[in-house]
Amino acid sequence: MSAPTFDRITGRSVWPDLEPLLPSVKKPIQYVGGELNSTVKDWDACDVRWALMYPDAYEVGLPNQGVMILYEVLNEREGVLAERTYSVWPDMEAKLREHGVPQFTVDGHRPVGDFDLFGLSFSTELGYTNMLTALDLAGIPLEAADRDMTHPVVIAGGHAAFNPEPIADFIDAAVIGDGEQAVLAITDIVRAWKGEGRPGGRDGLLLRLAATGGVYVPRFYDVEYLADGRIQRVAPNRSGVPWQVAKHTVMDLDEWPYPKKPLVPLAETVHERMSVEIFRGCTRGCRFCQAGMITRPVRERSITGIGDMVKAGLEATGYEEVGLLSLSSADHSEIADLAKGLADRYEGTQTSLSLPSTRVDAFNIDLANELSRNGRRSGLTFAPEGGSERIRKVINKMVSEEDLIRTVTAAYSAGWRQVKLYFMCGLPTETDEDVLQIAEMARNVIKAGREATGSRDIRCTVSIGGFVPKPHTPFQWCGQLGAAETDERLRKLRDVIRADKNYARAIGFRYHDGKPGIVEGLLSRGDRRVGKVIRAVWEDGGRFDGWSEFFSYDRWMAAAERALADEPVDVAWYTTRERDQIETLPWDHLDSGLDRDWLWEDWQDALRETEVDDCRWTPCFDCGVCPQMGTEIQIGPTGRKLLPLSVV
Amino acid sequence: MSPLPAKTPDGPPPPPVVQRVRVCYAKRGRLRFTSHRDIQRAFERALRRAAVPMAYSAGFTPHPKISWAGAAPTGTASEAEYVELGLSERVEPERLRGSLDEALPPDLDILAVDESEGGSLADYLEASVWRIELPEVDPAHARAAAAAFLAAEQVDVQRLTKNGMRTFDARAAVAELVALDDLPSVCAILRVVVRHTTPAVRPDDVLTGLGAVADLVPPVPPRVTRLAQGPLTLLLSADPEVVPTAPERGASPASGPTAVDSGVEVPQPGK
Ligand code: B12
Ligand code: SF4
Repeated sequence: MSAPTFDRITGRSVWPDLEPLLPSVKKPIQYVGGELNSTVKDWDACDVRWALMYPDAYEVGLPNQGVMILYEVLNEREGVLAERTYSVWPDMEAKLREHGVPQFTVDGHRPVGDFDLFGLSFSTELGYTNMLTALDLAGIPLEAADRDMTHPVVIAGGHAAFNPEPIADFIDAAVIGDGEQAVLAITDIVRAWKGEGRPGGRDGLLLRLAATGGVYVPRFYDVEYLADGRIQRVAPNRSGVPWQVAKHTVMDLDEWPYPKKPLVPLAETVHERMSVEIFRGCTRGCRFCQAGMITRPVRERSITGIGDMVKAGLEATGYEEVGLLSLSSADHSEIADLAKGLADRYEGTQTSLSLPSTRVDAFNIDLANELSRNGRRSGLTFAPEGGSERIRKVINKMVSEEDLIRTVTAAYSAGWRQVKLYFMCGLPTETDEDVLQIAEMARNVIKAGREATGSRDIRCTVSIGGFVPKPHTPFQWCGQLGAAETDERLRKLRDVIRADKNYARAIGFRYHDGKPGIVEGLLSRGDRRVGKVIRAVWEDGGRFDGWSEFFSYDRWMAAAERALADEPVDVAWYTTRERDQIETLPWDHLDSGLDRDWLWEDWQDALRETEVDDCRWTPCFDCGVCPQMGTEIQIGPTGRKLLPLSVV
Repeated sequence: MSPLPAKTPDGPPPPPVVQRVRVCYAKRGRLRFTSHRDIQRAFERALRRAAVPMAYSAGFTPHPKISWAGAAPTGTASEAEYVELGLSERVEPERLRGSLDEALPPDLDILAVDESEGGSLADYLEASVWRIELPEVDPAHARAAAAAFLAAEQVDVQRLTKNGMRTFDARAAVAELVALDDLPSVCAILRVVVRHTTPAVRPDDVLTGLGAVADLVPPVPPRVTRLAQGPLTLLLSADPEVVPTAPERGASPASGPTAVDSGVEVPQPGK
């Protein structure tokens, strides 16, 4: 065995090699770094070094809150360094390969392979092929089993990591849940292990991480299958490794006011504004919504904490728009006082506030009016998600058509002209009839708008995509609707909307075809065998699967056919097949806190078209999260108010 | 009739412009890879961070009053970019220079701020001086190419524009083109004075032209810097090896061309 080379010169900037490549690639600014509020720390003064990646293009990855938060949390620590890296576009990938330049960080332009830890943030499964590109460009073996002491420990986080099985072969570890405290705990373990002379080598470190119960190390678990392809069981293969890995939950958001100094890029990105997360979690209980299920319980940031973050953030960035983010922002217990308080504070400053993720009720229009008082007034977006009352009961989206009409009437009367409505197609038990009712709903919206304003200059856009069942939700057992059926249903809807000449021009129709949803479904509910498919797609040139100009359904299907040829399973088995209660699901050993029996009951309730209430305002319905995770709901009202900022 | 409130913003009209200032700035180093749009956004944010009292346009989506002069292309550096700001309160130009420079990222550096004397910025900026470094090109080859280019009546070049491939003459806009002497033989340096015409002739068009007339094809990407902008007469040098002299930086230095020698060192007023 050759001696591990701990002390080769690492962390050297590859900028001199990179710079000559920049004039010939698209949007070179994305590779340059130097964003306002970014940090480049002294490599040698730090003993634990993280490379953090959002595995998509810079323009999508830079504004990502999760990465921004972890970057700042880590860099604030003495002796810890974090730098960011994003997926390079294919033109740059070719250049890097041609000139032998490795995957680099945008901060110090250091080779990703030189870091101790390589943390990837997966908001979506469609980033998996991009991870392989980055590993390969970094000179890190694709399979975790082939890595040695010179390679970073590759850790996945973010919502998609709640089922890391499809990428189990490629990652060393996964962390589920909130990352703020988790990355610091991991940092401490790595520091101690390095300080002690790296006892036990790479496995020694991974074992220490796994023993915490909060870091999943796939290689320490064996998966056994039944002859028909279902999983028999998933079991630890060594002692000291827990049967279940728990998610992390930050309980007091006021103690973690990150990002304090949001990154401001020079390049244009998808999110040109500052964001302040006003709470985490959502207990509305929409059954399709993985984000809502896995981030329970609700934890609010206090009104004064939010006020401070908005103030500090605006000063640090110069942004003119602040988004008050969360999964359902209008649900904050003090949202009205917050909206008024902020609008008063920033009166006359051209600062506009926005509330994404708004609910369908008239109260939200008052809020929207309040928030746009100082600035721009864009369109309003609502998400009824289902076209018929019946299907909305199935998905537990408790919105009636009367609510919607009342809300949009208020919006149009208050001067908004454009309303966007989001829907899904392919929900469990759905029929053509459920989807065709969307057309009816859109017509009623336009009618209400015309009546309220006396004008025909009223628009409504219907945006609809295929539903993808996700792990850790009540729909984790359901069969996904096939791509052809989805497309057929969407085509019928389009025809019905277009047919009514009185409304057709006023209704915009945007839809996503069913094919990408099938691939997303394969990756969402896949198990370790799907890893072979991901690798085959990547080897065949698959990149940027979230981008329609790069995504190839045919490539995925062909690769799946090859990679799964010797298995009793195929794409349909993973996607359109309904699972029964006793089947071991690939992610059952990853504990999101949700009680499996409760989820199953909720699935049965869905089939019975029975709704459940929100546990913030009605008694606990025993989803299992709080007792299992030792957490509890953290909501106001605090009764505090935002005071005007003193003029400087 | 549509009595929609959305049509008319509430409240009083925005305060008028009481002062116009001309800002000269540099884009250097890594930031030469910014596009003009990137710079516009960075500026708008820096103006807010620096709390510059910008005047805003009226209407439902008020915009700060900023007028831009033709920007150096993405990938080229510049020591002489210009922008004019309309302010709603009077400010002391030198203080504005300091605070704005502070608020901009390093390598976007404010060189000078001066009260505008009226007249259009675009009219004033007649031409540019560019410095083109060609690593791994023999200076003798560059000199010969420059001579051939100047001798030609017309040098047609092609460039992919937003409206597709365009062919235009790169020769007429070039008022001066010199290859600098006394250089180590591994790098040629050109100094070229280009009139601002329509379509704009950019330094890469001149290079394409040099390739066409004399096979000058840089083996590695050239490094291009705009050294100065202003009235053509102030930019032309009698002896091209000599730096054009800057007019007295008296009352309004930024309204004169920024004069920079052909090296990288740049005088920064006020620093
Ligand atoms: C809520 C949400 C929104 C909200 C709020 C955004 C926000 N908070 O960032 C709103 C409605 C504003 C929004 C907007 C958009 N969004 Co959005 N959004 C989401 C969603 C559902 C959750 C994001 C979230 O809660 N972030 C909060 C942060 C704090 O959490 P986090 O990122 O998960 O990170 C924490 C942990 O997961 C963990 N962690 C994360 N990474 C790692 C890594 C390691 C190693 C570790 C240890 C831990 C760890 O630590 C972090 C801190 O606790 C995600 C999907 C998802 N499941 O993540 C999509 C998602 C990120 N959005 C997406 C998109 C495309 C958009 C839009 C661009 C849509 C559009 N076309 O307009 C816009 C943005 C711009 C705009 N014009 O407004 C895409 C991104 C696609 C891609 N290619 O990456 C996603 C993935 C949805 C999807 N599947 O399409 N979004
Ligand atoms: S309101 Fe529904 S869709 Fe939205 S986050 Fe909560 S559970 Fe999910």
